[in-house]
Parts: sequence; structure tokens; C-alpha cells
Amino acid sequence: MRKLFRYLKPFTAAIIAVFVLTFLQAISQLYLPNLMSQIVDIGIVNGDTAYILATGLRMLLVAAIGAACTISAGYLTARTGAGYGRTLRELVFERVEEFSLYEFDKIGTASLITRTTNDITQMQQVVMMLLRMTLRAPMMFVGGIIMAVSKDARLSLLLIGALPTIAFTLWLISVKGMPMFRAMQTKLDKLNLILRENLTGIRVIRAFNRNQYEHDRFNDANYDLTSTAVRVNRLMAIMNPIINLTFNFMTLAIIWYGGIRIDGGNLQVGDLMAFVQYAMQILSSLMMITMIFVMLPRAAVSAARINEVLDTVPAVVDPLVGEEPTQRGYLEFRNVTFSYPGAEQPAVQNISFQAGPGETTAIIGGTGSGKSTLLNLIMRFYDVDSGSILVGGVDVREMKQADLRAKIGFVPQQAVLFTGTVADNIRYGKEDATDAEVEAAADIAQAAEFITGMPAGFDSLIAQGGTNVSGGQKQRLSIARALVRRPEIYLFDDSFSALDFRTDARLRAALKNETRDATVIIVAQRVSTVMDADRIIVLQDGRIVGMGRHRELLATCSVYRDIVASQLSEEELA
Amino acid sequence: MSQPTARQARPRAQQPPQRAGSRGVRVGGGFGPRGIGRPVEKPKDFRGTLRRLLEYLRPHLVALGAVSLMAILSNIFSIVSPKIIGKAITHLFERIMARQAGVVDAAIDFAYLRNILFTLAGLYVISAVFGYIQQIIMAGVAQKTVYNLRRDVSAKLARLPLKFFDSKTHGEILSRVTNDVDNISSTLQQSITQVISSIVTLAGVTIMMLSISWKLTLFVLLTLPMYVLVTRFITKRSQKHFAAQQRSLGELNGHVEEMYGGHKVVKAFGREQAAVAEFKAINSELYDAAWRAQFISGIMMPLMNMLNNIGYVMVSVMGGIYVTRQVIALGDVQAFISYARQFTHPIISTANIANILQSTVASAERVFELLDEPEELPDPVPAAVIEAPRGDVVLEDVHFSYSPDTPLIQDMNIAVRSGQTIAIVGPTGAGKTTLVNLLLRFYEINSGRITIDGIDIRDMSRGDLRNLFGMVLQDTWLFNGTIRDNIAYGRPAASEEEIVQAAQAAHADHFIRTLPDGYDTVLNEEASNISQGQKQLLTIARAVLSDPSILILDEATSNVDTLTEIYIQRAMSELMRGRTSFVIAHRLSTIKNADLILVMDQGRVVEQGTHDQLLAMNGFYAELYNSQFTSNGVA
Repeated sequence: MRKLFRYLKPFTAAIIAVFVLTFLQAISQLYLPNLMSQIVDIGIVNGDTAYILATGLRMLLVAAIGAACTISAGYLTARTGAGYGRTLRELVFERVEEFSLYEFDKIGTASLITRTTNDITQMQQVVMMLLRMTLRAPMMFVGGIIMAVSKDARLSLLLIGALPTIAFTLWLISVKGMPMFRAMQTKLDKLNLILRENLTGIRVIRAFNRNQYEHDRFNDANYDLTSTAVRVNRLMAIMNPIINLTFNFMTLAIIWYGGIRIDGGNLQVGDLMAFVQYAMQILSSLMMITMIFVMLPRAAVSAARINEVLDTVPAVVDPLVGEEPTQRGYLEFRNVTFSYPGAEQPAVQNISFQAGPGETTAIIGGTGSGKSTLLNLIMRFYDVDSGSILVGGVDVREMKQADLRAKIGFVPQQAVLFTGTVADNIRYGKEDATDAEVEAAADIAQAAEFITGMPAGFDSLIAQGGTNVSGGQKQRLSIARALVRRPEIYLFDDSFSALDFRTDARLRAALKNETRDATVIIVAQRVSTVMDADRIIVLQDGRIVGMGRHRELLATCSVYRDIVASQLSEEELA
Repeated sequence: MSQPTARQARPRAQQPPQRAGSRGVRVGGGFGPRGIGRPVEKPKDFRGTLRRLLEYLRPHLVALGAVSLMAILSNIFSIVSPKIIGKAITHLFERIMARQAGVVDAAIDFAYLRNILFTLAGLYVISAVFGYIQQIIMAGVAQKTVYNLRRDVSAKLARLPLKFFDSKTHGEILSRVTNDVDNISSTLQQSITQVISSIVTLAGVTIMMLSISWKLTLFVLLTLPMYVLVTRFITKRSQKHFAAQQRSLGELNGHVEEMYGGHKVVKAFGREQAAVAEFKAINSELYDAAWRAQFISGIMMPLMNMLNNIGYVMVSVMGGIYVTRQVIALGDVQAFISYARQFTHPIISTANIANILQSTVASAERVFELLDEPEELPDPVPAAVIEAPRGDVVLEDVHFSYSPDTPLIQDMNIAVRSGQTIAIVGPTGAGKTTLVNLLLRFYEINSGRITIDGIDIRDMSRGDLRNLFGMVLQDTWLFNGTIRDNIAYGRPAASEEEIVQAAQAAHADHFIRTLPDGYDTVLNEEASNISQGQKQLLTIARAVLSDPSILILDEATSNVDTLTEIYIQRAMSELMRGRTSFVIAHRLSTIKNADLILVMDQGRVVEQGTHDQLLAMNGFYAELYNSQFTSNGVA
């Protein structure tokens, strides 16, 4: 956590100011009982009304200064906390945007999201809390002790008596309470999980008549959660009474021993009254410090998670000077081998092939045969272990990533759309595309028809995650997005799977025209998609087991024959 | 003082983004009472909903009575004690003053002091015990009430028609069962006793103050309207900023989710800088709203303290003057100061109770709304039972639509004999699941009738009807449990042998045995520890085991490797043998061999007949067939 505090540096002045203001506020707070005791010991004892009034005015002034300090400190704290959160968020987001897929695989997308959002919000809160409480509590504590001791040192020893209670509270929360809170969270998650399953599987549950079973399952979890919640709340129910009792018994003890001290002429009554208030301040600041100690470890978890992101250095880096490719659209794999980090087997091995403009290369093979990996390597989402990939005659590692990817139009397996209009989403491929270009791309991608059918046409809004368009429509939009770039190389990663056959066929006919001058790489599952390719690469377990045209492969490659046989009926093979 | 309570164990992941901010940031939880200045949703029918919520508390009336009594007693004791302490102080002061005045035997009467202190000790202990008991009872009442609420919601969900689930997002429904119920739970756990003690304290403190000096009381009460003004002023302003903060936070979370989720696309299109720029813009908005909201809500406490201090000073001064004039005793001033100090807290909590109550009732209203949703028609009594099902399915003059303005199915007549195969074909999004919805009676038809073996499906119980069917859909639903339990889902009483046989028939046995724990392998939450194809095999095994007379199959297989696809295909054909089957068809062979083809487009059945008949019609099907299965135009 300390590491993350270095980002507080720009706020040093504000923090020092908060420190000073809090100090002043604590002094004013501590000074008030002192003034009050003067009213008693000087004003009342001497019957001096004017003194009482004057002291009263001073008290008001002190209180006003205290309030002004608190508000100013609050202002600076809010700015510092929020500013710190902003800085941290920005740093993390910028770092994550630099990440290659290595780092995404390693940490996980969902985890990266929580780290950028929830974890940072946690840290921001901790900073605010530290500025508010952590400064104030020790100051009040030390100040209270100084004031108490100055009033009567021997009486101050009584305060030690409260320590066991403080220790008990700390123990109760951290040893007993925390595990129960965690258990409760787990049970709550379990309940939510069952509920979510019930919602997603509602048709299956009803079709199989398992309503009662699911209801029982939910209720078991419900009961389990309830009994833990009852136990947690009952355990915590002891906290308040115990704390109150400590405070109250402390007061009684002070009055008793204070009485003895007064009797001996060592203490004045007004001082005793002030002493009681100091004692209360000391105890509450002790309690506050206890709470901080309980909370810090939880914030430390967030801090560690954020640090991990900031400390992760992207594995894929640009060369200092990018080389300019010479051969437009030309793509070559030279004996490429690649393994995912930690994997025993290489994902792809000894891959060599060449593709040029106007050619369509199809890659086919089972799940896990390494098809998508090849595309990831072309875009340099990962670096090869050995061998090299050349685009335009230059090794991809010799180019700037941005320059490399500017040549590529990529259509991912899962169509990802972003919030914004349909036109925005297509224009994502080329920021300065004209309306005509956008419409042309949509037309080729067979998307124009459904877009014009939408209420606002190209200005219709796509919801987050593209939930308001169907899977097939999403795919067509993501194809249009790639088309509008007019790239040298097209990469289609099983991009036609959600299309029905009719749309699929029309789309491919239209694409054929459009991609005449480009190098096209298609990863596919359907044989009908790859049949007409200039070159079909058959992958199995990361190796090329066949390469050639449909008819050649039917004759020579048994793996390809199996795939074809599983998909096409005999008459179509003929 | 912050107290950890059950509320800190909130579910974070399940919160919709707009809520994540307000709840998620409550790390310390301890800056004043809950909900200062946060935006509050207003319920539509406050009274009715509140009455209904109280209905849930009725079984606990005795316990609640006890809680109130305990709260009152516990507070009364703590309210009385400052006055008794005052007596001790007065005694000390009088003796000292006497001693200064030269009275020789003005020693402090320690026996008197001891009596006072012991009385106080007794009161404190009793007050603490009552406070403790009250919390313990309340924990039980609050949690049991919430338990009942959750149970009722779950039971209700089981009785709601599918129409309900299809028209709401999962998030919406989940949020009612988690966030809203949770909100009610914490209010019950904390706010009820808080309300009681605040009211008792306010009343008690006022009475005690009055009993000491009505003049001093007046000074304290003078500050009261200022409390109200300050609270109003700040709440109004901070609500605006909190709302803005939540909005920005929601936007930020959305952007982060999108950019990280689509990282590959962002990189592929070189849009990292654009993503960062947008992030910065949203982040700045968030910063602005966040510090303002924090600052303004943070002003509340110092201002309240300031007001309290004003009261404190006035009491000290006026009290001091009164003591010199011997109108009241010093101890009484001391007691009065303690009372005046106790005044702030209940005022702030009472000011907030209105807000808390409102948001709780709004939550309760949403839960009750769900409980009031119209349910499925009840099953007929007595229900018709098919003794030996054959699987003849007849649709007569069936009319159906999801919404009255767009009729979907009109005058549909189909007669299917036992063992026949009906292929349903059409482009994506043609509404092929509509038929499933009607056959299994997930939705009610508008007119006409559907019969199975001559019996109207509305005359059967839904349970019996659905037992006739087996479903294998593309959307494989498996739950977080063992593979064995998942296969046996349709027949929980199945023996081990039957389960294995079903798995073998579905070609799933082999892959199951290669898993580390075999049939005992627990599928994780997203069932991501087995592949999509393997999931499909499991759902087939599940259908095999339930041995239905009528099958509903979806042939679509996506993201499945070729070998598994062959297995799935084989398993499906074996499963279809001898059963009436409705197949959402993707394979030419299935379509050609079907006894009847239903061609669907945009939710309607546009054509029906056999393959040859439909081709002869040269309509929609013919076009579909020609574009799909005559391979020209591969890119």
C-alpha cells in the first residue's frame, strides 16, 4: 500500500494543509472543555458574570475556528481523495491499454475491470478516511492525554483500565467478526448464483418439471444465509453495550477517584468536569484507531491488486524505429512456433505459408487446433517463440504495432460492438470515413437492409454490449467495420457462424468483389465457407497437416476428408 | 464511531452499475448516519406499501413489542444517569465551596458518593443488558422477515409465466431479490431500533432538560430550527452531486467494461489513444462530481457540531450565571451539558429516517410489484392424464401473438403422428422458439387448441405435459453441480447404471471419464471447465435419461470441433428414433427426411409441407434452399 501512496505526491501541499487544519481543529476541540472548566473554577466560584460571558464568547470563537478548520480540511480532503482516485484510475487505464493479450490472459478481463473500478474507489475512500480520521484520531488521543495529564496526572492512570475493552473489541471484530462476514458474503454469492441459474435456465427447469427442486435449493441457501446473518448480527450486538459500559464506568471511576483527589485538595471540580470530557475524547479516538486497524488490511488487498497492474510491463513492445514494408499485402509465416505462457505444448508448431494480394487463404481445423492463434500472431497480440512472420516483407517485430495493425481489417469470432450509433461503430475502422463510405461498407456486409429498417437508420444507438441487435447483425456490423478500412489484409476469425446460409452466401459473393486486391485469411468451421478458397490450410494440434485446394485436399488429406464428411451429405461431395 | 454490521457484507458484483457507486464506496461506513444527502427514490404508494411491509412483521409482533420496550427502558436509564452524575458533582462542589467558606468539617461524604455511583453502575448495566437483548431479538426478527420475503419471491418466480421473464432483464429481477431485499434487511436491523431510541432520547432528554431548567432548555431548543435548515440546505445540494457522481461512475464502469472486453478489437483497430482520451473525459467528470459530493456531505457534521457547540456555550454561560445567582446547582449544569450534547445525534438520525424509510418503502414496493405479477393459470383439477403416451400432436386453428398489434401465428393447423419428424427452418431471428413456447405451454395460445394424443394440453397439468417432452437446445443450460446431477436433472431418481447408459447413448461417457473426477466433476459457474460441444452432449444425455415421448431439438452447433460435432449428430439421430421430434433444423439431410417442414420468417409460419412440395411451390423455402445448399460464391 505504501507504494501507492507515492501517487499522493502532487497533493503534498494540500495534505500538509489538512494536517495543520486538523491539528488546529483538534486543539480547538480540546480547548473547549478547558474554557468551560474556567467558567466553573473562576467565573462561578468568584461569581464573576462578566468573566463568564467573556469566556463564553471565547468559546464560541474557538468553536467557530474549529468548524472553519474542519470545513477547509474537508474541502482539501475531498479534492485530494477524488484527485488521487482520478490519477490512479488514469494510470491503471493507460497501462492496461498498453497490455498485449499476454497480460490480459494472465490477470483476466473481469479482474482488470474490478481493479480499474472498485479497487481504485476503495483506495480513494481509504485516502479520504486516512485524511479525515487517521490524523484526527491520534491528535485527539495525544492532545486528550496531554490535557488530561495536565489536569491531573495520577487520575490519568485510570484510562489504562479501558485498554482490555479496546483489545476485546479489536479481537471481536478481527478474529470473530471478519471470518463470519466473509462466510456471509460467500453464502450471499451462493444464493445469487442459484437465483441467476434459475433465471437463465427457466425453460429447462420448467421443461424438466424441477420447479420444486429449484425452490428447495434456493430455500436451503436462503436458510443458510439467514442463520449466518443472525449469528453475525447477534455477535455484533454486544459491541455497542460493551463500548457504552466502558465509557460509563470510566466516568464513574473518574468521579470516585476525582472526589478523593478533590478531597485532598489536588483537583478542582471544574477540572474534574473537563477531565471527564477528555477521557471520553481519548476513548473515542482509541476506538477510531481500532477501526482503522481493522479496515487497513482490507484496503491493502485492493492496493496489492492495483500495484500488480501498474507493475506489469507489457510483453510486446515497439521497436525504436519502425521499418517500412515494401510489398503491399504480402504475408508470410516462416517456420513459426508459439506456445502460450505456462502451456506444456506449443499452440502452433513449424507453420510456414505465404499469401499475397487477391488470394484467399482458409484455415480449418478442430477446436484448439490453433486457428485463432495464427490470427493473433499476425496482429502481434503475442510474439512468436521462434521463426518469423512477415507482413509486406518486414518482420512484424520490426514494425510499430500501430503501423502493422493499420494494414489489417480484423473481424473477430465474437462480434464486439461499442456504445454509440451504428455509424460510429462502422466508422471505428476508419475515423474519417465519409457517410458514403460507411454506407457502402454496410451494403457489402449485408447490413444495410436491417440498418435502414431500424428507427433511426445509421444513427440508431447500439446498447452496451450490442444487446439490442442479434448475433448475426452484430457480425455483419463488425464485418462492415473492417471493410470501411479498405485494408491490405483481411482477417476473418470464424466470422460467419451466426449468419444463416442465405445471408452468408450473399455476403461472401459481395465480399469477393470488394477484396479483389487484398489478402484474405479466413478461419472457418464450415466446409462450405472454405471450399472455394485459393489455399486451404488444415490444422491439427497446432501443425499443418494439409495445404492446397478443396479437391487436392479431398484426395490427399484424411483429416480434411473427415471434416468434410461430417458436414456435407454425400450428394454434395460428388 | 463506525460499527461493522451485516451491511458491510454487501454483494458487490451483483449491483447494477448505477448503484455500485453509492454502495461500493462505503468502506468505512462511519461518516455519520446512513444516507446523508444521497438521492432517495420515492415510492409511488407510500402508505399502502408500508402497511404491507408491516404485515410481514405481524408474526413478530410480540418480539417487536419487547424490542420497543427494551429500547425505551435502555434509553431511559441512560437518559436518567447524567442527572444523577450531576448530583455527585453538585455534592463535590458544595463541599469545596463550603470548605473555602471556612466550614471545617466540610469533608466529602464518600458514603453518599458511593451510593450514587453504585446506583449509576446498576443503571448502566441494566441499560446495557436491555440494549443487548434488544439487538439480539431484532437480529432474529429482521433476518427472519427477510428470509420470508426471499422465500415468497422465489416461490412467486416459480409461478410466473415465461412472458414475465422474457420481458425483464435478469439484472432487473436479480436486483429486486438482492439489492432491494438487502435494503429492507438493513433498515429492519438498524433503523427500527434507531427510530425508537432517537424518539425516546429526544423526548427523554427534553423532559430531563426541562426538569432542570426550562430557561436553559429554551436556549437549546432555539438551535433546533437551525438544525433543520442546515440539514435541508445540505441535503438538497449534495443530492445533486451524488446523482452526478453515480452517473459518471456508471459511465466510467461501462466504458472500462467495454474497452477491456473488446481489448482485441481496440488494439486491432489501433484505437487505444481514443479509448484513453474518452476515459480521461469521463474520469474528469467523475472527479468533479465526486469531490463536490464528498465535500458538501462532509460539511454536515462540522456544521452540526458548530450548532451543538453554540448550544453548549450558551448553556455553559447561562448555566454559569445561574449558578452564581444560585438559581441552579453546578451539577445540574454539568448534567445539562451532557443532555445538550446528546441532542445532536438523534436529530440527525430523525432527519434521515424520512429518507431511509422512503428508500426502504421504494424497495419494498418493487419487491411487492413482483409478488403481484399475474401468475400462470392454475392447473385444471382434476387434470387429464395420458397413461401410455404415443406422441400424436395436433394443432387446430391456433392463433398466437406476443403482443396484440402484431399477430404471429394465425390459423395454424398441423397434425403430427407418433414418431414423425417436423423440421422447422428459417433465417436467424425467425422466431423458431415460438413453437417451443406453445408446445410446452410456456405461453398460452390466443385461440384454437393444441392436443397431444387427443387431449387438450390445457386439460393436463403443466408438470405432466412437460414430462412428455425432452429438449436439447443450442443454449445449453447446466448448473453448478456434478456432471452426474446434471445428467440426472430430468430424473433425479435415476440409478448410477441408468446415468452411465444415458451418457453412453449420448457419446458423452468417454469424455466424462477422461475428466479428473469423472462423473463427480463439478461444473463451475460458467461451466467453462468443459467445452461447448461437451456441454451439448451432456444436455443430450439429460434428454436421453428423461426418456420423453416428444423431442424438441436444435441442431445448431457453434464453436464445436468436428469430431464432437459428429458425436452430437449421431447422438441426436439415435435420440430421435421412435419419438415425435420437432427439430430446429440446420442440416439438409434432416430437412429432406422430415415428414413435415415448417418454414418460418419473422415469427410467422410462412409455408409448410414436405421438401418436394415446398420446392414445387417455388416460394420462400425454395429461395432459402437454393441459397443455402447450392454452393456458389465462396469468398
